[in-house]
Amino acid sequence: MRYPPLTDADRREMLAAIGVGSVDDLFRDVPAAAHLDGPIEGLPLAKSEMEVERIVGALASKNLPAGSVPCFLGAGAYRHHIPAAVDHLIQRGEFLTSYTPYQPEVSQGTLQYLFEFQTQVALITGMEVANASMYDGATACAEAVLMANRLTRRKKAILSGGLHPHYRDSTALLGRFIGFDLVRPDPDPQGGEDLVSLIDEETSCVVVQNPSVFGQIRDLTPLAEACHAKGALLIVAISEVVSLGLLTPPGEMGADIVVAEGQSIGNALGFGGPYVGLFATRQKFVRQMPGRLCGQTVDADGRRGFVLTLSTREQHIRREKATSNICTNSGLCALAFSIHMSLLGEEGFRRLAELNHANAVLLADKLASVPGVEVANDSFFNEFTVRLSKPAAEVVDRLASADQERRVLAGVPVTRLYKNRPELAGLMLVAATETNTEEDMDALVEALREELR
Amino acid sequence: MSGAMNREGRPTRPVEASEAGRAVTATVTGNRGLTVEEPLIFEQDNPGAIGVDLPEPPHVRSRLGAVRPRGRIGLPSLSEPQVVRHYTRLSTRNMGIDTTMYPLGSCTMKHNPRLNEKMARLPGFADLHPMQPMDTVQGALELIDQLAHWLKALTGMPAVAMTPAAGAHGELCGMMAIRSALEDRNDPRRRVLVPESAHGTNPATAAALGYTVDSIPADARGRVDLEAFKAKLGPDVAAIMLTNPNTCGLFESDIVAIAEAVHEVGAFFYCDGANFNAIVGRVRPGDLGIDAMHINLHKTFSTPHGGGGPGAGPVVLSEALAPFAPVPAVVHGPDGRLRLVEHAEGDFAKSFGRMKGFHGQMGMFVRALTYILSHGADGLRQASSDAVLNANYLLARLKDVMTPSFDGPCMHEALFDDRFLKDTGVSTLDFAKAMIDEGFHPMTMYFPLVVHGAMLFEPTESESKETLDAFADTMRALVERAKSGDAGYFQGAPYHTPRRRLDETGAARNPVLRWQPDMPAREAAE
Repeated sequence: MRYPPLTDADRREMLAAIGVGSVDDLFRDVPAAAHLDGPIEGLPLAKSEMEVERIVGALASKNLPAGSVPCFLGAGAYRHHIPAAVDHLIQRGEFLTSYTPYQPEVSQGTLQYLFEFQTQVALITGMEVANASMYDGATACAEAVLMANRLTRRKKAILSGGLHPHYRDSTALLGRFIGFDLVRPDPDPQGGEDLVSLIDEETSCVVVQNPSVFGQIRDLTPLAEACHAKGALLIVAISEVVSLGLLTPPGEMGADIVVAEGQSIGNALGFGGPYVGLFATRQKFVRQMPGRLCGQTVDADGRRGFVLTLSTREQHIRREKATSNICTNSGLCALAFSIHMSLLGEEGFRRLAELNHANAVLLADKLASVPGVEVANDSFFNEFTVRLSKPAAEVVDRLASADQERRVLAGVPVTRLYKNRPELAGLMLVAATETNTEEDMDALVEALREELR
Repeated sequence: MSGAMNREGRPTRPVEASEAGRAVTATVTGNRGLTVEEPLIFEQDNPGAIGVDLPEPPHVRSRLGAVRPRGRIGLPSLSEPQVVRHYTRLSTRNMGIDTTMYPLGSCTMKHNPRLNEKMARLPGFADLHPMQPMDTVQGALELIDQLAHWLKALTGMPAVAMTPAAGAHGELCGMMAIRSALEDRNDPRRRVLVPESAHGTNPATAAALGYTVDSIPADARGRVDLEAFKAKLGPDVAAIMLTNPNTCGLFESDIVAIAEAVHEVGAFFYCDGANFNAIVGRVRPGDLGIDAMHINLHKTFSTPHGGGGPGAGPVVLSEALAPFAPVPAVVHGPDGRLRLVEHAEGDFAKSFGRMKGFHGQMGMFVRALTYILSHGADGLRQASSDAVLNANYLLARLKDVMTPSFDGPCMHEALFDDRFLKDTGVSTLDFAKAMIDEGFHPMTMYFPLVVHGAMLFEPTESESKETLDAFADTMRALVERAKSGDAGYFQGAPYHTPRRRLDETGAARNPVLRWQPDMPAREAAE
């Protein structure tokens, strides 16, 4: 076995120093009936690196990597190019194998990148401050509603019909268990819902996604004004953070809290996780913000340094009075985000967003020419909804199971995201990113032309 | 040690407090050889530079709608070499398990095998979109199913919820399942019992779900006070949240009696599995009568801690709680294919719902299963045995000069309090900072709260006897120094880190949480 540093001779010497005859003696507080005498039966024994690589590799090879065929899947997770330096740097052992920076003198590396990460998130969202990250976009959204409830001392949240169903469900779950009311309008593929008329004096917040899960973009300024007129807060959720390279940031449209899924920058698709939730707000709300925060300070010699701060909000200090039960953040994913964002810089981030939008426009124009395909959006960033003449789930499955050279991951059937919504059966979400070539797009067009004939 | 000479014939005596900060001849740059100052990335803006190559976008008619395009964001521009150097330099300012012993109690800072990293990066896992048709991800679903099988077998529990993103998220999951089960039998209850020694997440979780948290004291042996516990039990108790082994590093020897008493009043037993590393392969928590337990994959199964996440916190559940587990879940279809159930319907109609986006921390699942397969049932048992042996060895080497809080063997972590520092003027914090100068990451400080000035050491199975001896020798020398009246040395430590003690009070009083363009580039450099 390659991992234990202790040899049998070491173990004998150590047991003698402790003054016991065997390791079993150290487990004497375990009730005898619960003590196992040997390895649990029916489970495999230790394996060499080579053997494990073969077994796990065989599982991997049963999957179809998204990049091996033209892929247009989005719905909250996007396939972007990640510069090679990102993955190399996050595997530096001092980043990979450290923990929460409880001892700041030997954690300045982590703390400085978190401070830089917080600054990047604040800048791209157009907000004043950001935290050191959350589990993902959906959990960040749920925490944002809790924060709005604390700030307004109200208990009614309005969740837009354009909000990603996973964000809606994760938030609704806390609503049910933590106790707040929810207003949930129907799914809104056209982006025409009227949220303003739903806001009243009991409303704590309105949660709206931009672009919506169906891809629609809207100017949120009137909604922000309507919220503020009634003393409610506007929470803006973003599932494709690359859009912020091109769109007016929520902060400029009057958002009070911005939550986002940061996966698109620096983090692989990874079958859905781990991802990184972004969370930004205004300076005046910072003491009600959940999650870890890194702040600037000075050391005993007066030099600039960084520490975790405002931890009096957190569970390890406040216990049952904490703002949230969250203990960690998504540190390494935040680092990947931050490195990728540093490589992009001002020009690269904008260029990336422009490329995504341009590819999506090209794709939408091509798809619009296919009989049986109707592009439903009047506006979009890099993802839009199409209405097919056949049920989207069946179309997607068939195109994914074609021969390798004709295989396409066409899009996400909307019914996969919603329970019991047969009226949405024809809808499919289609995303294009900088990774899609024109040949990819033509492959999708041809496949759909054939399928919908 | 004083007066010893190294090979170059220079004295190796420790730096005196009075020399602090001036011990090293000042350099022009403020750098000290390998310790190089690194400004914020925002202070390195090099307009015109770029770290990526992206083609000119094709000209298309914008479809962005009524929203006006944004103006300048304020991100700095750098080339790839500048970015690589920035983050490499930052990395050198961290201690990690790779660089030194990191005995942070209750955190299980064990070696992170690199095979786990390699497997997680296979395109067949890393490049899978979570919404791909299920026929194209059968291997991924099989991996989740295999890991679930191991977790159930190792805990002796019939079900497991895989999606929680971290330990605290797992607690939320387990407690929501408990509340759902109680509501399902029309028996809502108000109180949750939590021992004083519990992690802060336990009371925070119970309180978030609307329960009144009722604290149970510890007895003189560092365990739950059985009589006090029984006195608090009643028909309005929903659950007990108990860590086992507990945060004092001790096995709760009355655990079976506790479980029976809890079940007698119709309540549930939530076990905090943060310390599962002590007992994997030696004890199945299911045999002790628990109803739910989260497993921190980043602790016990060595997915890296990554500077504070991402983690993963699957929750094993009893038959009574299993129907309420969250979706999505992997199920076996009649055709032998695996399938994800993504909504609370059909067999999952009682599920309490969805806790996060998509299907769980897949990247962590790959790493954990790789770790488990490498160890096997025998290697996992060896690992927990070694973890407990290492902690007890440390306890044996230190108990005559430091003050263990409780008698008897410990499990995978050894708890001391600060009685041995009485009248020295040195606090637990000062002592920890002096350990940093010696090249060790400190233990967990001031937790658990049940002893004064707690020092909780968890060496894990990854440390060799040589390292443990070097560590114990160092601790003994530091104790001697503290007792010799040299409090000033400890109060000024650390001296040999890129930054010395940081002003945390000032940071909280006037929070500066981001860089601003008008910020002074360097505050009062030395």
